Amino acid sequence: MKKNIWIPCLVFLLVFTILVSLTLGKFEISLSDIFDFLATAAGTGTLAKEKYELLANILLDIRMPRIIAAALIGSALSVSGAAFQSMFINPLVSPGLLGVLAGASFGAALGMIAFDSWFAVQSGAFICGFAAVLVAIGIARLYRGDRLLMLILGGIISGALFTSLLSIVKYVADPYDQLPAIVYWLMGGLSLADGKTVGLVALPIGAGIICLLFFSRHLNILSMGDDEAKSLGINVSRLRMLLIFLATLISTLTVVVGGLIGWVGLIIPHVARMLVGPDNRRLMPVAALIGAIYLIAVDDVARLIFTVEIPLGIVTSLMGIPFFILVLKNARKGWA
Amino acid sequence: MLLVADNVSFGFPDKPVLRDISLAVQKGEIISLLGPNGSGKTTLLKTLLGLYQLDKGQILFEGRSITSLRKKSLARNIAYVPQVHRASFAYRVIDVVLMGRIPHKTFFSRFSPADQEIALDALDKLSILHLQNKPYTQISGGERQLTLIARAMTQEAHTFIMDEPANGLDYGNQIKLLEGLMDLGGEGYTFVKSTHFPDHALWIADRVIMLKEGSIIADGAPDDVITSDNLFALYGREVNVHSLRENFKVCIPKKLGNGKRSTVGRSFNSISNGYPLTLDSSPYTSQRRGEIL
Repeated sequence: MKKNIWIPCLVFLLVFTILVSLTLGKFEISLSDIFDFLATAAGTGTLAKEKYELLANILLDIRMPRIIAAALIGSALSVSGAAFQSMFINPLVSPGLLGVLAGASFGAALGMIAFDSWFAVQSGAFICGFAAVLVAIGIARLYRGDRLLMLILGGIISGALFTSLLSIVKYVADPYDQLPAIVYWLMGGLSLADGKTVGLVALPIGAGIICLLFFSRHLNILSMGDDEAKSLGINVSRLRMLLIFLATLISTLTVVVGGLIGWVGLIIPHVARMLVGPDNRRLMPVAALIGAIYLIAVDDVARLIFTVEIPLGIVTSLMGIPFFILVLKNARKGWA
Repeated sequence: MLLVADNVSFGFPDKPVLRDISLAVQKGEIISLLGPNGSGKTTLLKTLLGLYQLDKGQILFEGRSITSLRKKSLARNIAYVPQVHRASFAYRVIDVVLMGRIPHKTFFSRFSPADQEIALDALDKLSILHLQNKPYTQISGGERQLTLIARAMTQEAHTFIMDEPANGLDYGNQIKLLEGLMDLGGEGYTFVKSTHFPDHALWIADRVIMLKEGSIIADGAPDDVITSDNLFALYGREVNVHSLRENFKVCIPKKLGNGKRSTVGRSFNSISNGYPLTLDSSPYTSQRRGEIL
């Protein structure tokens, strides 16, 4: 089948993108330097000790964590976006549907003004991201009715609530010091993605993505509607809560590492759907790979195109909008 | 008893949808559910599948409450063929049909060639094998209906709950579908299906249940239940039920069955020729005739 060659192709492209991205930066490192470095690390290379340590510092401590962060965030947003699109039977849904991104933004901002510690910012983002989704689910449970519709409305309310709370935090923040920090944070960026942070979140994000990939077949069934899924023996409410938990976990962790990075979770699933069709068994892994490649590449642009780094979220939005207009062309073909 | 609804009520406090419904489905029966739009047919079918939390009463499958059964094992016994719906994602037809294998799979087991074979068989039986690689969004409503039936067959359940299965099928496919149900009914399959066509019930059903405003107003053999009086009570239109021969009845709407077109044609001719018609002079004398003039 022609569609099956995409995954090996994309894996190759991902490795290539990572290697190229390792060479890019203020300090010039060529591809052959990287291979020399790898050979030396393996014990067969000829690199001088100082050069080796310098390369180790730049490659392993500075560039690699950032590349891994970009790959994980790109994958996580794409996979949770694709999962939400199937789960809510709507190709225009993005990972922030249930308010997770608004909640995480509020939590991060609150951490900045209340505790002024990096750890507080991260844990604030994590906790409030989950809190916002719980609020959405709680509101949806208040009334009987179409579960999906109630969840979407609950998400809109929860998102609005946490956006308002964020405004309060911005209003009371010190305008010379804290407010700019909050604003920059919300523009998204990976300049703070150091080895320690990435090491902390890599496992849960990676595990969350892989778990979601295992649910691909169930996502197909959920996208046929609740009643049909139930009649096929699926415990719909339990499955949906589990999937929402996984998607919330990985999306909120993307905010913990890189702030708000928009559009990736909406667009990448569409690109993947254009390449391999809507079947989640192929769509999900392809979306994960494309998301990783895309965000690594965009982050390269963000850090290199001008002398000053531009926030990643701005670049993803600017690139996302024209792209989305192109994607809309396919809308009438039943999101093939 | 295969499937029993025991005094079931369901709905909103101010708007009950089902009121005190009791019925029992026997193995091998083909049951047609008749009722006007909004009478609760779809809701009743869905409660039989255990999709709703009931306000009152319970559904029993083989004597056990449906809520106590594992959903997966229930899905291996009862399949649901919903009304044709608009699909959002362009899955291939074969992938939609394969979803019917899910109740037979554990979480990590993948679809095997055997599963594929069962799905293809179902498509073949319904003569839509050629659609297998077509996107589900780009086939006609009738073909989509057949795809959903193929999925139910792939589920290997022996009880089918079907919501207006003939809806959206062309005349030939309607007949083919009913023939198919008749054959499967002979093999021990059980069908509970809703329909808008009393004739379909007369053709293949063993039993007809009439539902009006959430209550059962008649339940019995088609010949006994499908009567002019009952159809009027159900739909508010006058319908004559004629016996063509023994054990075969047809429904003919009274007004439409009176030879509408010829009457209308004559009237127009008469008027244009300038001969005013009196009611007595026509061989088609009827009250209806007077209305037209």
